[in-house]
Amino acid sequence: MSDEYDNNKSYQAQSSELMDGSTGSVNPDIDYVRPAEVGEQDLYHGHSFIEKWVFCQDAKVIGVQYFLTAVFTGIVGLILSWLMRLQLGFPELAGFMTAEHYYQFVTMHGMIMVVYFLTALFLGGFGNYLIPLMVGARDMVFPYVNMLSFWMFFVAVAVLMASFFVPGGPTGAGWTLYPPQTILEGTPGSGMGILLMLISLSLFVIGFTMGGLNYMITILQARTRGMTLMRMPLTVWGIFTATVLAMLAFPALLVSAIMMTLDKVLQTSFFMPTILKAGEVLEYGGGSPILFQHLFWFFGHPEVYIVALPAFGIVSDLISVHARKNIFGYRMMVWAIVGIGGLSFFVWAHHMYVSGMNPWFGFFFATTTLIIAVPTAMKVYNWILTLWRGNIRINTVMLWCLGFIVTFVNGGITGIFLGNVSVDVPLSDTYFVIAHFHMVMGIAPLMVIMGAVYHWFPLVAGKMLHEGLGKWHFWITFLGAYSIYFPMHYLGFIGVPRRYFEMYDSPYMTSAVGMNEFISIAAFIVGAAQFILVFNIIKTLKTGKKAEQNPWKANSLEWYTSTVPPEHGNFGERLPVVHRWPYDFSVPGAKDDFIPQTTAPSEVIHTEVEKT
Amino acid sequence: MSEQKIDGFELKPGFKGMASDTGSDQTMFKGVHWGKAMMWIFLLSDTFVFSCFLISYMKGRGSTIVDWPNTSEVFSLYVGGVPVPLLLIAIMTFVLITSSGTMALAVKYGYEKNRKMCGWLILATAVGGLTFVGMQVFEWSKLIHEGVRPWGNPFGASQFGSFFFMITGFHGFHVSIGVIFLFIYTYKVFAGHYESKKRGWFTKMKGDYVEIEILGLYWHFVDLVWVFIFAFFYLW
Repeated sequence: MSDEYDNNKSYQAQSSELMDGSTGSVNPDIDYVRPAEVGEQDLYHGHSFIEKWVFCQDAKVIGVQYFLTAVFTGIVGLILSWLMRLQLGFPELAGFMTAEHYYQFVTMHGMIMVVYFLTALFLGGFGNYLIPLMVGARDMVFPYVNMLSFWMFFVAVAVLMASFFVPGGPTGAGWTLYPPQTILEGTPGSGMGILLMLISLSLFVIGFTMGGLNYMITILQARTRGMTLMRMPLTVWGIFTATVLAMLAFPALLVSAIMMTLDKVLQTSFFMPTILKAGEVLEYGGGSPILFQHLFWFFGHPEVYIVALPAFGIVSDLISVHARKNIFGYRMMVWAIVGIGGLSFFVWAHHMYVSGMNPWFGFFFATTTLIIAVPTAMKVYNWILTLWRGNIRINTVMLWCLGFIVTFVNGGITGIFLGNVSVDVPLSDTYFVIAHFHMVMGIAPLMVIMGAVYHWFPLVAGKMLHEGLGKWHFWITFLGAYSIYFPMHYLGFIGVPRRYFEMYDSPYMTSAVGMNEFISIAAFIVGAAQFILVFNIIKTLKTGKKAEQNPWKANSLEWYTSTVPPEHGNFGERLPVVHRWPYDFSVPGAKDDFIPQTTAPSEVIHTEVEKT
Repeated sequence: MSEQKIDGFELKPGFKGMASDTGSDQTMFKGVHWGKAMMWIFLLSDTFVFSCFLISYMKGRGSTIVDWPNTSEVFSLYVGGVPVPLLLIAIMTFVLITSSGTMALAVKYGYEKNRKMCGWLILATAVGGLTFVGMQVFEWSKLIHEGVRPWGNPFGASQFGSFFFMITGFHGFHVSIGVIFLFIYTYKVFAGHYESKKRGWFTKMKGDYVEIEILGLYWHFVDLVWVFIFAFFYLW
């Protein structure tokens, strides 16, 4: 940073929004922050073990509960993906697997990873833990309902897992659950399996609504003194916007689940057209399968951003902290998040180009889809410009962030292919699509989750995760993930269809077989590598080095709690008062290279340091 | 509620006020209880649920091959041998809208700390809601008696019964939940829980008469949704 500065001059520290420090006369009101509008939150402290750890109303415990439950379902999803890859790469070793099993694994893997793993982890896990801490609240505004939210999610997961053990097994209709085949005989799990899936989804939506209301209102109505919306960490902005999306998109899922349940149980025909089966007309008739697709994707597309936006937010914070630089274009980042969120409601039919629709409709949705590339590209540029000439620490967290940026750009570019109708039609339902969405909404958010785990583990557990193991974990995952998904793009181009149990003697065979074997081996290795993190966490909890308070020298409020890990109520006697945004890193002339959000301007403005 | 004063903050009217409220710290909706804001957001989400139902209904009704039943015949009651279309629905709507009025009065008396009046008016609202649900049960049983089923009916397209039972059922479920809460709050108000600052049974939180307003928001919403169902289902 030296060349712009005149070496002989001393500099006064400037915070992000400072008044005229040049005259030397300091405004006496410079530290003024309005008094509190609302009284202290009346917290109920649990007394028994059950109230403290099981039916706990503390958002931090609820966050950890969400996290662990979501990770459990994620491991189930991971094992299912191993089984799928075993079949695709080495069918001779997967003799125990029938085509029905394969479809069931595909379906459950998709639904688990998208809804029960990523959504629950980002919003339920990180949202619960970080929102109150980052906005300076003692807890969520309605802790009781927040607790119910987790337990509703828990029951939803239990119902979902129960579907593995019912007659007929879980549903095998694909995660999109398209009718009419979903509930017709012949589809695996069309009996109890699909019913449990629909019930579980409904419970998930209800549980999520309870949590989502808490996240939104805590951010809107329970910030601490001085915490304006534009001083919130981008993590909070990402989670907030994702929650808004969820509150408006999940209703469509709930309604489609209810209607399909009725189609299944009461033989209504909401989604069921007249169907001939073996020469016989079924009792259904007059319904519209396309209606389901519209409802599902009206949920399904925002869902992509429900997963992506928290990742965008979190990664911005991680990059800023570990590059010791303020986030480039903070306001632009906020508006990009909000803009992506708004646009995501107008693009859903790009999942339905091959379902048959008016060409003008396809044109409209292709246009809106491509417009999304504008705010997303702004975000990518801003991450890179944040890194530019930063004091980058190449630690595990930063590695995951860099991995995210690369992977996200990768998946985003293939998204531009698929957003165009004429390019999408030949590519749709091939492995190209699989590669695209796994890159953009599978691997990329997962990298952020990993980075966030390494970043916030010292806060949650009070101990530092092992760096060496973390780097192994990163490199195996990063290189492995590219070994899995890069070849898949090629498979898509040569036309290998997705969701096929076997290729039989198709012309793809020769070129696809070797590649499928390679992908499978990579998938086994990457999956296994995730257990390095599990091992690391267990090892750290047992013998890890104790973390000091604020080990990363970050500015946001979660690192300035009275104790580490924070206790119920978060901030001890007095709530923190916020004077600045959380990105005052490497401010020229400041004493340290970071200025916490709680530091008053007058404490900084007199610090004059010789510039060297 | 309009004359709210906030320490160190100037509440301005219009767009400027909205901008300065949004740009300020602590709260976005100045002087609004968090519970009230939460109910508004919940109702927004619930609006999307009902919108999805009603849009699906319009799509379903628009794309059936068989004709839709003539609603003014199906929903008519015979009074002295003469069919009166929409008679029952008119009464149901009247009862529900009236209960909205008593709810609004309950909120007013609640803020005036007139405990007795508030309690009686909530009770009246609850009874109105219960009457509505009762009449809905009557309507359902009449239609079921005439052979209308979720999977088919003698009057026309089978989707008629499907959408009718699903949408009025979902609305009736909302009303029933509301009635249960109205009875609970009748008890809480009469027992003076807000004066004695007694903690909630489950939530362990101290209450305030603002809870009556929050309950009122929900109740008015349920009424408003009924107006739309009425328009789309019975008048179309």
